[in-house]
Amino acid sequence: MHSALQSTLDPHGPGAAYALELLWVMGIGATLVLLLVTVFTLYGIFARPERRRWLGRASVVVAGGVLLPIVTLGALLVYGFWPRERAGEEPLRIEVTGEQWWWRVSYAADGGRPGFETANEIRIPVARPVEIALKSGDVIHSFWVPSLSGKMDMIPGRVNQLRIRADREGVFRGQCAEYCGGAHQAMALLVVAESPARYDAWAVNQRAPAAEPQDSWARSGQALFVSGGCAACHRIAGTAAQGSNGPDLSHVGSRLSLAAGMLPNHRGTLAGWIAGNQQVKPGNRMPEFRHFQGPELRALAAYLEALK
Amino acid sequence: MSREETAAALPNPQGITPEQFERLRRVWDPPRGIRFLTVVNNNYIGLLYIATAMLFFVLAGVLALIMRVQLAVPENDFVSQSLYNQLFTMHGTVMMFLFAVPVVEAMAVLLLPNLIGARDLPFPRLGAYAFWAYAIGGVLFFCSLFVGLSPAGGWFMYPPLTGEQYSPGVNSDLWLLGIGFIEISAIAGAVEILVGILRTRAPGMGLDKLPLFAWALLAFAFMIVFAFPSVIVATALLELERALGWPFFRAEAGGDPLLWQHLFWFFGHPEVYIIFLPAAGMVSMILPTMAQTPIAAYRLIVLALVATGFLSFGLWVHHMLATGMPALSLAFFSGASMAVAIPSGIQVFAWIATIASGRLRLHTPALFLLGFLFIFTLGGLTGVMVAMVPFDLQAHDSYFIVAHLHYVLIGGMVFPLFAALYYWIPMTSSRALSERVGKWVFGLTFAGVNIAFFPMHISGLLGMPRRVHTYRDYLGWDWLNMVSTIGAFTIAAGVALFLFDLARNFRTRIEGHRAGNYWNGGTLEWLPSGTFASHSIPRVESRYPLWDQPNLSEDVEAGRYYLAGTVTGTRETLSTSAIHAHPQFVKQLPGPSWLPLAAALGTALFFYALTFKWGTAAMGLGVLTVAAILRWLWIGTDLPPHAPVDIGGGLILPVNAQGRTSHSWWAMIVLVLVGASIFTCAAAVYLYLWTAGPEGWPQTTGDPLPSVLWPLAAAALLVGSGFALAAATRAQRAGARRQMLLRLLLATVLLVGAGFLEIYGHWHSGLRPAESAYAAAVWALLSLQGCYVSVLVVMALYAGARELAGLLSAERRASFDNLLPLWTFAIVQGLLAMAVVHMVPRFAGA
Repeated sequence: MHSALQSTLDPHGPGAAYALELLWVMGIGATLVLLLVTVFTLYGIFARPERRRWLGRASVVVAGGVLLPIVTLGALLVYGFWPRERAGEEPLRIEVTGEQWWWRVSYAADGGRPGFETANEIRIPVARPVEIALKSGDVIHSFWVPSLSGKMDMIPGRVNQLRIRADREGVFRGQCAEYCGGAHQAMALLVVAESPARYDAWAVNQRAPAAEPQDSWARSGQALFVSGGCAACHRIAGTAAQGSNGPDLSHVGSRLSLAAGMLPNHRGTLAGWIAGNQQVKPGNRMPEFRHFQGPELRALAAYLEALK
Repeated sequence: MSREETAAALPNPQGITPEQFERLRRVWDPPRGIRFLTVVNNNYIGLLYIATAMLFFVLAGVLALIMRVQLAVPENDFVSQSLYNQLFTMHGTVMMFLFAVPVVEAMAVLLLPNLIGARDLPFPRLGAYAFWAYAIGGVLFFCSLFVGLSPAGGWFMYPPLTGEQYSPGVNSDLWLLGIGFIEISAIAGAVEILVGILRTRAPGMGLDKLPLFAWALLAFAFMIVFAFPSVIVATALLELERALGWPFFRAEAGGDPLLWQHLFWFFGHPEVYIIFLPAAGMVSMILPTMAQTPIAAYRLIVLALVATGFLSFGLWVHHMLATGMPALSLAFFSGASMAVAIPSGIQVFAWIATIASGRLRLHTPALFLLGFLFIFTLGGLTGVMVAMVPFDLQAHDSYFIVAHLHYVLIGGMVFPLFAALYYWIPMTSSRALSERVGKWVFGLTFAGVNIAFFPMHISGLLGMPRRVHTYRDYLGWDWLNMVSTIGAFTIAAGVALFLFDLARNFRTRIEGHRAGNYWNGGTLEWLPSGTFASHSIPRVESRYPLWDQPNLSEDVEAGRYYLAGTVTGTRETLSTSAIHAHPQFVKQLPGPSWLPLAAALGTALFFYALTFKWGTAAMGLGVLTVAAILRWLWIGTDLPPHAPVDIGGGLILPVNAQGRTSHSWWAMIVLVLVGASIFTCAAAVYLYLWTAGPEGWPQTTGDPLPSVLWPLAAAALLVGSGFALAAATRAQRAGARRQMLLRLLLATVLLVGAGFLEIYGHWHSGLRPAESAYAAAVWALLSLQGCYVSVLVVMALYAGARELAGLLSAERRASFDNLLPLWTFAIVQGLLAMAVVHMVPRFAGA
């Protein structure tokens, strides 16, 4: 998680690169104008009256107040809205739904292969355009992965499209950018850009049913998952757990983080989240399962961790 | 000409006697002791207003400091997530709605009459009422923080987050209520300012000699008239959705969350200029004095103020660039957002030109102006940057925007305000503030603002979103946030020092020995004056009369100009024509009264009772409010006829006025403009929801519409009501009491009947407002008409009662005349609303 990038100043996709280019161009322009205004003002105060007299003329007001902005802003508009080439390659299509306070990620069925669902983590093949359909399940959220692209809102009743592309492999962090109440701060996601081969392997694994528990310890965890209340909200493919209010956990063990980017993902944090999630993310929709005994928690966590 | 000859040419060459002056002073004497609460004069209300607004500035600033402590280090737990969310919501709301807009209005209340040579604002009791409603309502609203009932939906309150489902409890209702007070006081302020500027200027002060602050206030008031209705409609709709389930913003019922954003920002963007324009106007007043030279490019500045007002209405979508708008509209709004840089550029260069033409004395006000120039220019430039869509998609809702908006608002508004306080305090205090302390105040705030907010540009670019109560240590934002926190406390130190200086040196003095024309200003507010403004009202021949008209101060003080002393024996001001300021009549003004305070208390508590669903209490308070207002109208307006008076210079003027010259008629026209904007917004809501979700409209659903007979009958009654009112007017003018009363009654019955028929038609067809966005939009228009009908019924009863009491005649008829514009408007609005509601589903394609 520490290596994850979340900065517009370190772009690795075309959208972010363009925005940074604009930042440089406009930032330098703005600095020059600010300098001009400051120098003129100081000159107007401190220069000798006969030398600064020209600065008091109405023509200066027209030149500085009308002509200067028209010329610079006109040029800026032409530059900014000049059509840019668009990649023609068929994009990968993903649907991301903002929920209070996590991200539901759906990969569409592809040819004969079924779609699948995951949460808080998007894997994409490097260098391929990805078209993300953005939706909301409750309130307005905004999808923002600064190193890849600008943000786009997720609005109930609407579907917005955002095209991103990662130009290099890596883990890019994003965060909800539209205030969505309570734990808005704790709504991060990771975009993992991988080589096409690794991406394909990952997708094949995601489509497969969840891993069967390998030992009795994990088997008791699975039983507890189905009977202990978890299944009401969570789905684990191939089991009786088919809830859909919360994240799909079929391959939760394969994810890099837990709780929408809040925790590293291992047995300890899994157990901690189950029993004390309101400490991590106050107000989140999951109840704290405090009545689970230590061994029960450990069994559950072991089972989930193994769902690679 | 010799000194004596010049004096002889003045309107009132012999001046006033000490007895006459004593009479003037007594008439304007402010109430003392506990009765000071009944004060209505603009000087006192203005000071109270500024003090209250500054209190909210300090309180909201303290909230900011708490947030800065929380954000100083990563993963801090100084405040909880839920408290933090309340803090930033309250910080934004209080700063924008309880500080920035009110303080500008407060400055207008204090300064405007003094600037234009009026004795008071045209509606002193309205001013007092607006102030008290704001002060009482605002303080109660702020207290919600102490009981955990503060709103937590952000100052922009986007639904569905702020709808009943995701924000149960009264917190969001309290926000809507808090905004209600500012809506009332803003509209009241706009009425005062427009009528004041257009009708009570000193003789000779044509619009081309109007001080630039007054020009800015004209633009400000017009912008309030056209922008506030949008937020009035938005808040009303959200409250209807929350309280009664009318689904305007719920997508699953055909509503659209973006509707709120359009309405909110159609107000919210002009709001920025509503705050900035008066501040720019103050800069254009202070700078010439500081440089001891007239402002450069006066006409261009006026043009820039007006242009900013217009352009600001074309910018609202730039707050919504990330909502997935079509590319073409993005380009349009992007261009419009940049165009607004032109009028700002004109002003910046005009100020530079003014500095260059004179010799800037670097006193504290001048320092704040220079700070303003730098900070505001920087904020404006980042504004141009975020108008560029691809960049904005990165900057939007990140700390870059937090930096930008604080540069614009602090630079564009708080610095000019501090300059203004330092500049104008000698006008209302026996001592000026300390220059030595003032330089420290400036240094601390200027450094603090840059230390606090410049790093936020960078933390935003490093990916830090707004409105997060904490952040992870590995994101690299920690040191920037620590610097910002240090900057915030530096600003706080500057403000604290200012308050200390204020406590040490500010001694309210409206009359008698004041610090006076401390800076050698050239405009009328620096005349020797008291509660009554100046002893006589000068004839203005220049933009800087005190510089250009020799002996003006002495002559005015000796009473050698117009309206020396009091000519009617009551408070009065001179009413002049709108463009050229030719004297027209003498307007008598009301004095101290408990009624504005009672009405304000009633209004504030009424809204709270309603929010907490205390039905009986709300009803009682509503009655109290209406009773207090009617009582003040009854005893203080539409005064008995008075013989014409001699105001000097051979001018014999009538006292008060009827019909279209009267101030109340002008005020009513302003209200009608507000009403027209409200109706436009409500109709736009209907049409917007239709285009956003036509599948919910009867063309698609096939739901029955009311028979066309209902609206036709209602329209006939409406038109009939208009004719009946016209007939009543004729009878009123002819003094035919019985006929007038009967016709007025008929007009009222027809008006109510029309509303009833239209409502019944929809109810009969089975339309229920909570069913769908379509139904809600229709009922919103019906309810709006219902509001006007209720108000007009009360006004008609009032006019009838005045007639029965023998207080209405051909020469004394404002109570009746005021009905006419509003009634006409209600008829037009009713017809238009029915046209929209009945024709769109029938004739517009599905």
